[in-house]
Amino acid sequence: MNDLSASPFVRQDLVAERAAPATTTGFIGFLRMRLLNSPGNILLTTLGLLLAWYIVVPTIKFLLVDAVWTGSDRTACLAEKAGHGVGACWPYIEAKLTQLIYGFYPEAQRWRVNLTYGLGAALLLPLLMPRLPAKGLNSGLFFFAFPVVAFFLLHGGGIAGFGVSWTASLLQLFEQSIGGAGDLLVNLSKSSAIAPLPWALGKVLVLVGFLIHWLIFPLTGLRDQLQLSSVPVWGDFLVTAVIVSAVLFVLGGGMRSGRRALIASLLTFAGIAAGIKLMGLDRGGFPIVDTRLWGGLLVTLVIAITGIVASMPIGIALALGRRSSIPLIRIFSIAFIEFWRGVPLITVLFFATYMLPLFVPGNFAVDGLLRALIGVAIFTGAYMAEVIRGGLAAVARGQAEAASALGLSWWKTTSLIVLPQALRYVIPGIVNSFISLFKDTSLVSIVALFDLLGSLRASFSDPNWSTPTTAFTGFAFAGMIYFVFCFGMSRYSLFVENRLNAHRRH
Amino acid sequence: MSIAPRKPPLQFALRLKRALGGKTGWNGLAAQIAFAAILAWIAYEIVANARTNLETQHIASGFGFLNYNAGFDVNQSLIAYNNSDTYWRVFFVGLLNTILVSVIGIVFATVIGFIVALCRLSPNWLLSRIGGIYVEIIRNLPVLFQILFWYLAVLAALPAPRQSISIFNTFFLNNRGLVVPQLVTEPGLYPFIAALAVGIVLALGLRRYARRALFQRGQMIRIWPYVLGCLVGLPLVSMLIFGAPLKFELPQLKGFNFAGGARIIPEFVALTVALSTYTAAFIAEIVRAGVMSVHRGQMEAGSSLGLSRAATLRLIVVPQAMRVIVPPLTSQYLNLTKNSSLAVAIGYPDLVSVFAGTAVSQTGQAIEIIAMTMGVYLLLSLTTSALMSVYGWRINRSMAA
Repeated sequence: MNDLSASPFVRQDLVAERAAPATTTGFIGFLRMRLLNSPGNILLTTLGLLLAWYIVVPTIKFLLVDAVWTGSDRTACLAEKAGHGVGACWPYIEAKLTQLIYGFYPEAQRWRVNLTYGLGAALLLPLLMPRLPAKGLNSGLFFFAFPVVAFFLLHGGGIAGFGVSWTASLLQLFEQSIGGAGDLLVNLSKSSAIAPLPWALGKVLVLVGFLIHWLIFPLTGLRDQLQLSSVPVWGDFLVTAVIVSAVLFVLGGGMRSGRRALIASLLTFAGIAAGIKLMGLDRGGFPIVDTRLWGGLLVTLVIAITGIVASMPIGIALALGRRSSIPLIRIFSIAFIEFWRGVPLITVLFFATYMLPLFVPGNFAVDGLLRALIGVAIFTGAYMAEVIRGGLAAVARGQAEAASALGLSWWKTTSLIVLPQALRYVIPGIVNSFISLFKDTSLVSIVALFDLLGSLRASFSDPNWSTPTTAFTGFAFAGMIYFVFCFGMSRYSLFVENRLNAHRRH
Repeated sequence: MSIAPRKPPLQFALRLKRALGGKTGWNGLAAQIAFAAILAWIAYEIVANARTNLETQHIASGFGFLNYNAGFDVNQSLIAYNNSDTYWRVFFVGLLNTILVSVIGIVFATVIGFIVALCRLSPNWLLSRIGGIYVEIIRNLPVLFQILFWYLAVLAALPAPRQSISIFNTFFLNNRGLVVPQLVTEPGLYPFIAALAVGIVLALGLRRYARRALFQRGQMIRIWPYVLGCLVGLPLVSMLIFGAPLKFELPQLKGFNFAGGARIIPEFVALTVALSTYTAAFIAEIVRAGVMSVHRGQMEAGSSLGLSRAATLRLIVVPQAMRVIVPPLTSQYLNLTKNSSLAVAIGYPDLVSVFAGTAVSQTGQAIEIIAMTMGVYLLLSLTTSALMSVYGWRINRSMAA
């Protein structure tokens, strides 16, 4: 019998791994494997080093070493004064900083801009952190409440009425337009060869307009009564709150299950009332700051945020329309999306600047910033539609089928089952379109709006600061701002993507 | 005796429902009617308002203005143009300038993009880092920012013509643009072109013959020496007989400016540089993604079949990578073309700048001119996407086969 333990030497444990050869690990190994492993690679490394040397060193020298840090006008940044080759002229940025950030926004009112920035950041940051709860409330506040509050904060001005007055005025406009079209057709029939058709159509339209007139009569009457009272805004607000809450209560299921809807509606109205009271909108609000005075980063952010907020509903509607089974709606959505995606943004901005004012009634003066916003919203909406369509396609068919099997209507299937999943899939895509939107806001400087780039360009023409390095300094500063925003967002998009794909990693 | 199956009843109502409302039936029909009514109402409002507004501004609508004299100068034009030409001619001048800058930009963007992609894919750590930094910086800055940077900062900082930066004494870079040697045609040009055309036709015929021989008889024919002879030899012979086809006229500094040579305006230089470097960053990412999408096993399988490394790349890896690369690459080309409209910011006379810019402010015919401009770009992108669908369809077919 062979006793192993009695033999002179038996190894009891495994041999430890030998360390890798010194030539393949650590810094030396890295140099040998990744940089200098063949003559060709040595050549490439040398080339790369030379390239980096000739770019990095002059850049650092320009931005830091040779830069001028203090001064009050251009003479500080001239080579004769400084006594050496001059790099970046930072006092110029210091002098122009307010212009680059606020434009010509009045100095006494700038706290409003800062407050808006703060509010936006306070709402946006929690929305971006997947860990934090209450995403529904948060996104509701950011996408619906914040734009309205930001408008009254930045632009100023108050309101003369509320829901009832606005609805009544809008319906009245519609009624007048329908009646006008009817009259036009009836008049046209007098000089036309196919008189009966336009005549009949015109008469029908006039009749419809007349019907609408009587249907909305209670509403317009109520509006006129409210406007005559001593507190038109609050009266109107109360009536609107009661009507909307009652309607929501009934739609929500009455006594059986409508309590939730009622409470939500009342809380929302309480919030709106607090907002109106805080900003004093019923008493004229803040002093109005014309949008022509806005500029710099303010305009860039306003356009980017409005663009993304407005493009979401447009994009969702178009994406659903494109997948709709109703032919006309599908064809319209496809045509709309392909049209706006097929043209460059600058022509869209020209369209919004030159053509849009012709399409609205002459007594509506469309503000220059608003025109650009409309153009950007339509353009981004078309791109967003394609992003969201990708998300809708990614939701498994079984989800919608299961919802139908449970007896949910199309609207409920879409809004409760399909859309929430689809939107979650496309968060990286939405962030990416936001990045390109943020970069594209610079184009509004071509249609005479002063965004960050426009203000920068305008500041170049200031003779007080014209030095050989002014342009480079300005571009370096603005470039850093753009880079920080875009790079941050692209990193965030990567983070979300990794999180979404976490289950697919091996 | 067989019993004929009973035919289903003719469901007229059902068919009508299908035809009118699609899958949704009568609800769909109602939705369509309501939608059509809303569209008609919006269209009516737009037309009615536009008509009233144009009347109050005393602008006559219509395309008649295209035959009027433009009366302004354009600082770069590929076709003969002076300020007494019509707006039609302005349209074509702008269109040709747009095409010029787009084509040249696309060529440069592709070259730079592939180089950067190769850098990023390189096993050399330093090069891949440099490629990565290039892509990140360029992609995260607005393209208009880059155009203005090249135009207002870099080109404006260049010296005056007398102190031009000279590259091999043939190219001169100064703040008035880039002076390059001019090509002058010689009498030998036409024979040269004819010889080249004959060479191309012969080479194509040879290739066809060789492929047929390979596929039908399994016979490998080495044709490249003959192809080379056709493509290079024939034109060379023509040059020997008829003389050189082209001559380079070198620019010479005379006084304060250059005589001879051609001057490329700085706007063009700035636009081309900015657009091609910007698009190159996106192309680099597309190419990298395409190459990385080809599974490693493909390369290994190729070499285990005994193919050489070059043959594996040419026959196995590149075709598969191209399938991934081509569609987004075309959309980048389209983007570059659309971005070339930013020329308006620096005054390069492209379509948007001279037609939708200067012509609109002169005539006030905003609706017609902007519609025409949009139409050009729309036509371009719809054509491209149609070509891409054909491409995708062919790829799918070849994959299924």
